[in-house]
Amino acid sequence: MSANLQLTPDGRLRHLLTLEGLPARILTQILDTAESFIPVGERELKKVPLLRGKAVFNLFFENSTRTRTTFEIAAKRLSADVINLNIATSATNKGETLLDTVANLSAMQADMFVVRHASSGAPHLIARHVAPHISVVNAGDGRCAHPTQGLLDMFTIRHYKGGFHNLRVAIVGDVLHSRVARSQIHALTTLGCPEVRVVAPKTLLPRDVDSMGVHVHHKMETGIKDCDVVIMLRLQNERMQGALLPSAGEYYKYWGLTPDKLKRAKPDAIVMHPGPMNRGVEIDSDVADGKHSVILPQVTFGIAVRMAVMSMVAGSGA
Amino acid sequence: MKIRIKDGRVIDPASGLDGVQDVFIAAGRIVALGQGPADFHANLEIDARGLVVCPGLVDLSVRLREPGLEYMATLESEMRASAAGGVTSLACPPDTDPPLDEPGLVEMLKFRAKNSPGPRVYPVGALTWKLKGERLTEMGELHEAGCVAFSQTDAPMVDTTVLLRSMEYAYTLGFPLWLRPQDYYLSREGVVHDGVVSARYGLPAIPVPAETVALQTILLLVRETGARVHLCRLSSRAGVEMVRQAKADGLPITCDVGIHHVHLSEMDTADFNANCHMIPPLRSQRDRDALRQALKDGVIDAICSDHAPVDDDAKEKPFQESEPGATGVELLLPLVLKWASETGMPLAQALAKVTARPAGILGVEGGVLAVDGPADLCVFDPQAHWTVSPGTLLSLGKNSPYLGMELQGKVRYAIIDGHLDFRDGH
Repeated sequence: MSANLQLTPDGRLRHLLTLEGLPARILTQILDTAESFIPVGERELKKVPLLRGKAVFNLFFENSTRTRTTFEIAAKRLSADVINLNIATSATNKGETLLDTVANLSAMQADMFVVRHASSGAPHLIARHVAPHISVVNAGDGRCAHPTQGLLDMFTIRHYKGGFHNLRVAIVGDVLHSRVARSQIHALTTLGCPEVRVVAPKTLLPRDVDSMGVHVHHKMETGIKDCDVVIMLRLQNERMQGALLPSAGEYYKYWGLTPDKLKRAKPDAIVMHPGPMNRGVEIDSDVADGKHSVILPQVTFGIAVRMAVMSMVAGSGA
Repeated sequence: MKIRIKDGRVIDPASGLDGVQDVFIAAGRIVALGQGPADFHANLEIDARGLVVCPGLVDLSVRLREPGLEYMATLESEMRASAAGGVTSLACPPDTDPPLDEPGLVEMLKFRAKNSPGPRVYPVGALTWKLKGERLTEMGELHEAGCVAFSQTDAPMVDTTVLLRSMEYAYTLGFPLWLRPQDYYLSREGVVHDGVVSARYGLPAIPVPAETVALQTILLLVRETGARVHLCRLSSRAGVEMVRQAKADGLPITCDVGIHHVHLSEMDTADFNANCHMIPPLRSQRDRDALRQALKDGVIDAICSDHAPVDDDAKEKPFQESEPGATGVELLLPLVLKWASETGMPLAQALAKVTARPAGILGVEGGVLAVDGPADLCVFDPQAHWTVSPGTLLSLGKNSPYLGMELQGKVRYAIIDGHLDFRDGH
């Protein structure tokens, strides 16, 4: 869809809005660039001057602590000036439109917008309207995409598994409402993962999810069988009881990842989670803290991946 | 005013007339076809060589946005746009602000429309007070004020008892109900079809059962009450099959489809184009193909524009926050021609879906081209190409999925009640 909007005429990354439609070449380039930033975080002086003098606006129309913080750290490690705006409590509540907010911030000489918004497609809309020198990075829009999370997950998988071509990956949980799952699915299929499964009750899956190239499983036992990677999705509190699911307890019983269920996966399987976790709902503490878990490394890699994305989009206009 | 339209290809779907001849108009009526009266001296002669002369289009859903929604469009602007689309009669739905639920509002609208150039305006009254789905409106009074039917438009009718009572009451007074089948609970959060696009982009969905469950309820209540119901804006294959069966069973129903649903599908919403945000949602290609088939075999009686001019501010938003609807009254004819040419539908049969058939559903004069009939005509160039753009649309709503695209077929003249109300390029 947005491949043209995301790339410069000569094929470089201009905005990062979604992983759908981005060529494997670009995804790999982002992962490779992130790899080169890993040592920066391990040094005494954790800074490189790539974005010195650039103003990065964190535009969060929806609350977030973790993602906003990692974007902020990433921008600061690139030596950018970071301005955090929690719009959920300011301008749009006063009736200002999304595009007016963006126009005003552009007038403050922004170079990059990192956008989180509750509506799918909001970063696309902004990208269509910003001046040519401004880049937009999607930090999560509605249920549509969370591309940097998808990329850091790919980075993690590549780090532990060496590649994608022989993997069986299961994504377990609330795919219907998950922008993370959508980004993961696009990335995995683009990078050549031969078998991507989604595992969830029918109430938590989009009706035509199979059209995205995934295998649909309803039972954990068969769903994660022989998988190399098991990705657990967060179940939002408000969805734990009602028409989607009867209770958190029943969800845990059938779809929660316990050490026992994990035995179905390959012995060297890794377990991932985008956070924040609901221990005892979608994942058992023994798994979350166990030897298969790579959940904390995901967070660390997230900074390098976001540095990679920001440096690439900022460099596309140069 | 006496008008002679010379040498055009005259098509009247109702009578099967199709041939090059002249049309003579005087005092608001068609006085002769072919050979004019001996003493006929035209004030205006229209050279229609190479053009098609047909009955003026009858559009079952054009929002004039008055009263109350003038920030989107005005009665004058949309009347002008309608004439430019070759539309000579239109029904306007009651979803104004306030809704058309009081006779005074309807009288004012009729008065304003009568004093503006453009099509004949037939208001559709609100079925319930404020369109809240709770209390019946004064249908008898509203009818006397000029309402031709009663509808909830896109407002939900949550309480099935109110639906049943409204059918019984409308049946008693002999009024038709225009109902768009959409279950409130199954659709309230959705903005797109529950299909491929919803899966990929995570846009909240309106599943097909939102239409079929509501349709089933309506059809059962029609069986129960005998009320005359016109079903508005079918969108799904499953819905079409239910209507096919109900018609075969002899139920007193008719139905229409919006022109955009004849051409577009959910795939057109894939780039978050808010101009493709419509109610009902654009569905799968399979659904679209079923709508086309149903038009061909007569299960769907009419095509309307479902014209919904929306201001830019309400469209330049993330898809799910944008105001639904598309401007369409000026695209109705070219899109009908496009559908006809893509499906091999003979021109006269295609035009019947926007002339004689909808006039029959409305129960008004017009939609035909006959001696002594009303002089409501559309003269169009079937070969002319034009590009849809904010500049080429007269409607104040520029919200078209077809912006930037070239269409074939351009209205050159619209004659309404014997007056030349639109002339292309003037």
